[in-house]
Amino acid sequence: MRFGIVVFAGSNCDQDCYHVIRNVFKKPVEYIWHEDANLKGVDCVVLPGGFSYGDYLRPGAIAKFSKVMDAVIEFAQMGGLVIGICNGFQILLEAGLLPGAMMRNSSLQFVCKFVHLRVENVETPFTNLYQFGQVVRMPIAHGDGNYYCDEQTLGLLKVNGQIVFRYCDENGNATPMANPNGSLENIAGICNERKNVLGMMPHPERCSEDILGSADGLLLWQSIIRWLDGKS
Amino acid sequence: MESMLQKAIALGLSESEYRLIVERIGREPTDTELAMFSVEWSEHCGYLRSRKHLRTLPKAGKYHSMSGSDAGGIEIENGLWVIFKMESHNHPSQIEPKQGAATGIGGIVRDILATGARPIALIDSLRFGDPSSAKARYIFSGVVDGIQWYGNCIGVPTVAGEVYFNDCYRTNCIVGVMCIGIVKQEHMMSSAAKGVGNAVIYVGNPTGRDGIGGCSILASHELREELSMRPTVQLGDPFTEKCLIEACLEAYRSGAVVAVKDMGAAGLTCTTSEMSAAGGVGMRIDLSMVPKREKGMDAWEVMMSESQERMLLIVERGREDEVLSIFRKWGLNAVVIGEVTMDGMVTVYDGEQLCAKVKADDLAEPPEYDLPMEQPKYLEAVRSFDITSIAEPENLNDVAKLLLTSPNIASKRWIYEQYDHTVQTNTVVAPGDADAAVLRIKPEMGIFMVADSEESQPSRKGIAVTADCNSLYCYLDPYLGAQIAVAEAARNLVCVGAEPAGVTDCLCFGNPDRPDRFWQFVNAVRGIADACSFFELPVVSGNVSFYNESEEAVIHPTPLIGMVGVIEDVNKHVTMSFKNEGDVIILLGLCKDELGGSEYLRFVYGIEAGKPPQLDLSLERSVHRTTLEAIRNGLVMSAHDCSEGGLFICIAECCMAGNIGAHITLSRKCIAEGHARMDSLLFGESQSRIVISVPCGLVNHALELAEKHGCPATVIGAVGGECLTIEWRDGDVVRGLINLPVEEMRILYEGAIPALIEAGIAE
Repeated sequence: MRFGIVVFAGSNCDQDCYHVIRNVFKKPVEYIWHEDANLKGVDCVVLPGGFSYGDYLRPGAIAKFSKVMDAVIEFAQMGGLVIGICNGFQILLEAGLLPGAMMRNSSLQFVCKFVHLRVENVETPFTNLYQFGQVVRMPIAHGDGNYYCDEQTLGLLKVNGQIVFRYCDENGNATPMANPNGSLENIAGICNERKNVLGMMPHPERCSEDILGSADGLLLWQSIIRWLDGKS
Repeated sequence: MESMLQKAIALGLSESEYRLIVERIGREPTDTELAMFSVEWSEHCGYLRSRKHLRTLPKAGKYHSMSGSDAGGIEIENGLWVIFKMESHNHPSQIEPKQGAATGIGGIVRDILATGARPIALIDSLRFGDPSSAKARYIFSGVVDGIQWYGNCIGVPTVAGEVYFNDCYRTNCIVGVMCIGIVKQEHMMSSAAKGVGNAVIYVGNPTGRDGIGGCSILASHELREELSMRPTVQLGDPFTEKCLIEACLEAYRSGAVVAVKDMGAAGLTCTTSEMSAAGGVGMRIDLSMVPKREKGMDAWEVMMSESQERMLLIVERGREDEVLSIFRKWGLNAVVIGEVTMDGMVTVYDGEQLCAKVKADDLAEPPEYDLPMEQPKYLEAVRSFDITSIAEPENLNDVAKLLLTSPNIASKRWIYEQYDHTVQTNTVVAPGDADAAVLRIKPEMGIFMVADSEESQPSRKGIAVTADCNSLYCYLDPYLGAQIAVAEAARNLVCVGAEPAGVTDCLCFGNPDRPDRFWQFVNAVRGIADACSFFELPVVSGNVSFYNESEEAVIHPTPLIGMVGVIEDVNKHVTMSFKNEGDVIILLGLCKDELGGSEYLRFVYGIEAGKPPQLDLSLERSVHRTTLEAIRNGLVMSAHDCSEGGLFICIAECCMAGNIGAHITLSRKCIAEGHARMDSLLFGESQSRIVISVPCGLVNHALELAEKHGCPATVIGAVGGECLTIEWRDGDVVRGLINLPVEEMRILYEGAIPALIEAGIAE
C-alpha cells in the first residue's frame, strides 16, 4: 500500500501529510509533482492544503488545469481513493470530482481554530473506524470554506449519504453558532456517490498526534489504511 | 559638482557624506554609484547612528550562539540551530497598511531563508494609534489583513504576537515581525561571496520600480504621509515567496550554492556590495540580464529597487544549469547576471555601458556617527506625578470590568484567528493559551521536503517564543523600561516551562538627530545590554528603526524584544488556564505599591505618568528558577505572569482560559512593606510575579522550592466555582474587592476588540 501526495506550486500541507503517513503510521508515501502525468501506482492520492498557485483567480481554479489532475481524475473514475484537504477539497470541487462550490467565509475573513465535527457517514473508506455521530475535534484554517450547492444537489448528497462531516458544537449539535464559515447545512466534508473521493475543509493531518492538542485525525488515516489492507 | 551634490541630498545623503564618497572613490560618482551609496549608507541599511551602541549588546550566553547580519541563532541541541530575527516595517505600513505589513513578513522570512534555515514560525509585535480613531482602525485592520494574506499563503504559522494601542502611534504605527527558522549546522548557508569565476545568479520576481528609495527616503527620515510616498512601498507576492522558499531549500541541497542573500532593503546594491565585502572579493554584473517588470528602467533604478521576493546566489562555476533548473521547475526567474571577481570592486554594466565601479568595502562600510544626547524635558514632569492625587475608587469591581475591555488587555482572538497558526504541525501551545507559543521540533524539518525520520530519534526538545515591550514604561524610563521588556519576555518563556536562551531586538525610536530621542535610544540599549548580560542571554540579531515621528507625534521609545527559549521535554510544557477544582493558587513574587505607567492609570484616568515599576533582577531570577524547577518536577498545573492590568487581569485570564472560577484571599503576606492601596494591589504592575496553580497535595513541595531559591511565595487561594472572587484580609477584617462570574468577564474580554471593529464598520 502506498500513498501519494500531490505537490502543487503553493501547496503548504504536503509535508505535514507526509510526516503523518510516514513518521506516525510508517507507511510508504511519496510526493507527486504537479507536472507528472502518472501517479506512480499509488493506492491513495492526497491533495493537500495550501494556496496552490496563490489561490489567484479562485482557490483551486488554476490547479485543476495542472497536468497531474488528468491522472487524478482518471484514477478517481477507476475507483482509486482520493482525499482533498482544505485547498485539496477546493480543487476537487473545481475539477468536478465533487459537486458544489466554495464561497468566501461568511465573515469574509480567514479563520484558524479548532472546531468540532460530527461524523455523518462511517461507511466510507475514510471514516470506517469512527462511530456514527461521533464528535471529533479538528483544526480548520481557510478563507474559502463556505460550501454551497443547489437544492437538488443537496438532496442527492443526503439521499446518497455523501455528507461525511458537519460542523457542530461540543455536544454534537450542528447549530449556526457552531458553523465557522457559513457553509450550507454546516457541511465540512463530502464524498462522491461512489465514496472513493472525499473533500474536507478541516485538517486531519494537524491533529494526528497528542502533542498537537487532538489526535482525532488518526482514525481517518487508520480507516484508509484498513480499507486498503482489506482490498489487497 | 553642485548638481551632483543636490542629487545626493535629494537621495537622502548629507553633504558631508557626499564629500566622503568623493574622497573615497577619488572622483565624482556616476548617477548609479550615487544611488548605490544613498541606499547602502542610509540609516536603515548602514546603522550609521546606532552601530556604536549596538556593539555593547552581549553576544554570548548559556547556549552556543551565533550572530549575523541577516539573522542569528542558538544551538538547541548538538548541531541543530534555531535561527531568528525581528525586523520592522513601520513607515510602509503607515502609508499602505496591507502591503507594508505583508512585505515586512516577506523580507524577514527571506532573511531566515538566506541562512539555510526553513522558516517555521512568525511572531508579530504591533502598535497602533488609539482605536477610537477611524484612521487607526484602518491601519490596524489593514496590517492584520496584510499579515494574514501573506503569512497564511506562504505556509509559515503565525504563532504568537502582541498588540498595543496608544495615541503616540497615530502617525507612526509599528509593525515588527519576527521569523524563526530551523537548520542543521551542516546545511547552514553563508552570505560571503567566494570563488573567483563563480556565477552570480538572480532568482525570483522581476525587478520593477516599486520600493525605490524605501530604505533611504522612506525609512531613514521622519514620516510625511503623502500619496507621493506610496511608490516607495514595495508590493508583495506571497505565492512567489512560497515557491522561493522551497526552491532555495532545494537548491541549497544540491551543494552548488556557495552563498546567498536576500534582496531586501537596497536590493541589488546591498547584496552585491555586502556579499562581496564579506567574502573579500568583487562582483561584475550586467543589469541588462536582470529580469524586469517594465521597460526603460535606468541602471540606478534597477540598483535601488526594492521589488520583493528576490534573492542573489553565488553558484559554483559549471553547476549553473543545475541550480537554474531547480528555480525554473518552481516557476521562478533564474538568470546568471555576472560573476565573482578578484578585484574587490562592484562593477555594474548595463549591456556594454559601464555604470558603476566602486570598492565593495567603500559601499559596505558607511561612516559611523556619535550623536549628541540630552535627557528629554518631559521626564521631570511625568516622573513627579503624585499618585495620591488619584482617589482610590470605591467600586473596584466596576474598574475591573472596565479594564477587561481595554484594547491593550482584551482578548486578541479577532486578530490571531485570522492567522494560520497550526500549519507545519509543530504548534503545541497556540496564541491565547499561554504567555508564549510552544513549538515541537521535528528533526527532519530543517531540510527540503520532510523526509523519513526513522533513523533519528524524535527530539523531545521544544522551543518557546514570545515578543514583548511595554513602551509606556520606556517613555517614563527608557533604561528601566527596556530592562523590563527583557525580564518580561524571559518570564513569559518561563511560564510555559522554557529556559530563556536568546534574544533578537527591534529598536523603534524617533529621530536620532534630536538629542532627546537619541538619549532614549542609548538608554534603552543600555537597559537591554544590562538585562541580557544578567540573564546570560545573547542578542543574536536585530534591527533599528529610527525616525518614527512626524510633525504631529513621536512614538514612545519601543525597543521590541523577541525571545526564544528551550524546553528540554516539550511534553512538560504548561499553559495559563486553571485546570482543576481545588488546585491551590500560589503567587510567586511580591505586590508593591506601584501604579506608575500602569494600564489602569492610562485607560481609566488617561494618565501616562509616574515611575514604572521597579525591577529587581535577582528577585526576577529567583522567580524564574522556582517556576522552571516546579514545572520540571511536574508540580505546576498552570502558570501566568502579571503584566498589564496587574494581579486581577492575570488571575482573570487564568479563569477565562480554564473556564473555571477562583477564590482569592490577599493579605499582608503577599505585599511588600508600605503597601496601602487596594487599586495598586489589584491593578498595579509590579514586576517579577508569576501566578501558578498546584495540586493540593504538592503545595508544600512548591513552597519549599521557592524557599530554596529565595523566592517569596504566598498561597492566595484555590481554583473552583463559576466566579472569580478576590478579598482582602487584614487580621479579622475582611473586605470583598472583586466578585465576577467568569462568563461575564469573558463577554467583556472577548467582545472588546470585535466591538471596536464593528463600531468602525457601522460608521
